Amino acid sequence: MTVLEPQPPGIPAPVPGPHSEPYWDGCRQGELRFLRCDGCAAAQPKPTMLCRRCRGRSLSWTPSGGRGVLYSWTVVWRPQHPTFRVPYAPAIVDLDEGFSVLSAVVGCRPEDLAVDLAVAVEFHAISETITLPYFRPVTD
Amino acid sequence: MAHPFRDVAIVGVHNTVQARHLPGHDSASIALEGALGALADAGLSPADVDAVVGQFAQDDVLALGLGPCTRRMSSLGIPTVLDAAALIVTGQADVVLIGAGGAGLYADRSATAPWTRPANEFVVGYGLFTAAEFALMARRHMIMHGTTPEQLATVAATIRTNGHHNPEAVYHGRGPFDPADILASRMVADPFHLLDCSMTSEGGCGLVLARADRTAGLAAAPVWILGGASDSFGPAYQIAPRWDLRGSTDPDIPAGYVGRRAADRSLAMAGITPAEVDVAELYDPFSFEIIRQLEAYRFCGPGEGGGFVDDGHIAPGGSLPVTTDGGTMSFSHAGISAQQLQRVIRGVQQLRGSCRTMQVPGAEVALCSNGGSGALFTDVLVLGAQRP
Repeated sequence: MTVLEPQPPGIPAPVPGPHSEPYWDGCRQGELRFLRCDGCAAAQPKPTMLCRRCRGRSLSWTPSGGRGVLYSWTVVWRPQHPTFRVPYAPAIVDLDEGFSVLSAVVGCRPEDLAVDLAVAVEFHAISETITLPYFRPVTD
Repeated sequence: MAHPFRDVAIVGVHNTVQARHLPGHDSASIALEGALGALADAGLSPADVDAVVGQFAQDDVLALGLGPCTRRMSSLGIPTVLDAAALIVTGQADVVLIGAGGAGLYADRSATAPWTRPANEFVVGYGLFTAAEFALMARRHMIMHGTTPEQLATVAATIRTNGHHNPEAVYHGRGPFDPADILASRMVADPFHLLDCSMTSEGGCGLVLARADRTAGLAAAPVWILGGASDSFGPAYQIAPRWDLRGSTDPDIPAGYVGRRAADRSLAMAGITPAEVDVAELYDPFSFEIIRQLEAYRFCGPGEGGGFVDDGHIAPGGSLPVTTDGGTMSFSHAGISAQQLQRVIRGVQQLRGSCRTMQVPGAEVALCSNGGSGALFTDVLVLGAQRP
């Protein structure tokens, strides 16, 4: 039986940019964070100095409960790079706080993936400095 | 008011030999071969050129012994053609040469092609590559509209069979293909099987645009730009490719229909409706992208793309033959710019009536496209056999 699993250390690692440190700090501490506009509450799809909805300049890193549902997914059988173990399942997750992340689903079989599947975040370190968020199906 | 591109003619097009590998070439040299071939096709010499646009514009200026000469670096496809046309319209140049090519870029075959692997910090850890990014869009369409793997396979079989017949295609003679052949190929990124995906190859190409009063006595009948425009929702491969990502420019158009605004504007500039398009040289990085473009450009309604394909419209002899040379699935995909310009080149060949295979009889209007939903951009160009 094939079960989707987190990737082992050794995969190509993210290189944090100057604006994303709070995000990666949160991952190391087991907290998923997103950047929200203080003015209009819009979640930003990536770190920015400007809200993409109201163009306000006051934005705050905000903790998420890490619960959400599956919006879309794929199951990859031809690895992007030989260090990745297949199959793996990149996915877009809609979080309860109204933002989306690109991540991957673990802890279930590929055929269990379905739209609106309830998932929760969990974290797996791939190096001393980088911890990646993944999502696992939940029943409650 | 006169049409903005009334005085711009496409007078030369050329594809070099396309192959899985072209020993002895790098991207710059095969791009220069493409540019030289386009000049020969037009019946012009390098000395006639006063502007070069493309991947290696400044290198080509030196290589061709030009100067002083306009140069614009651009690794895009259709926007490169529109920039070249704008140089003529605004009086900056009279004869513009475009060259593009890719060779020697893909050496490590244990990984996917280098241009498909994003390094962005938010995607790199999840093993994303182009097929996976586009699969996220396709999956969403399947969820919303019930689009099936068989409909995706019908697109791939149609385009790959077009390439099977084309002696200039890298995968000439590999078919013909049925949808079952596509579905039997190994899974790459569900719902995309290997044969739902574009290939990787090497090759160059070129185009020549000239002011209309320079077209007398040239080798081939000029082809005209009836309309063109470009759409983007942001950088490719950095954020989640959500179907319903939206922006303020037109909140009614989701990222899944990127290219709709560009097509609407292009057809309005041309003064025609989608029904008046004779052939669609659609960019085909993945089979699903044809289905969503048919909807985005209003050839059919939302969610009707799969049924439109089932009904045979995109097949040879159908109401809207697509990607008639085999596209990036079978003709060629050199990686950066050339395969995007090759949609325009095929459109020109269709309107000249010069295609050796899959010529659409009497084609007068061609719609060409570049890009795709997974990359959050789409460019559209409408070509005509008659001067606007």
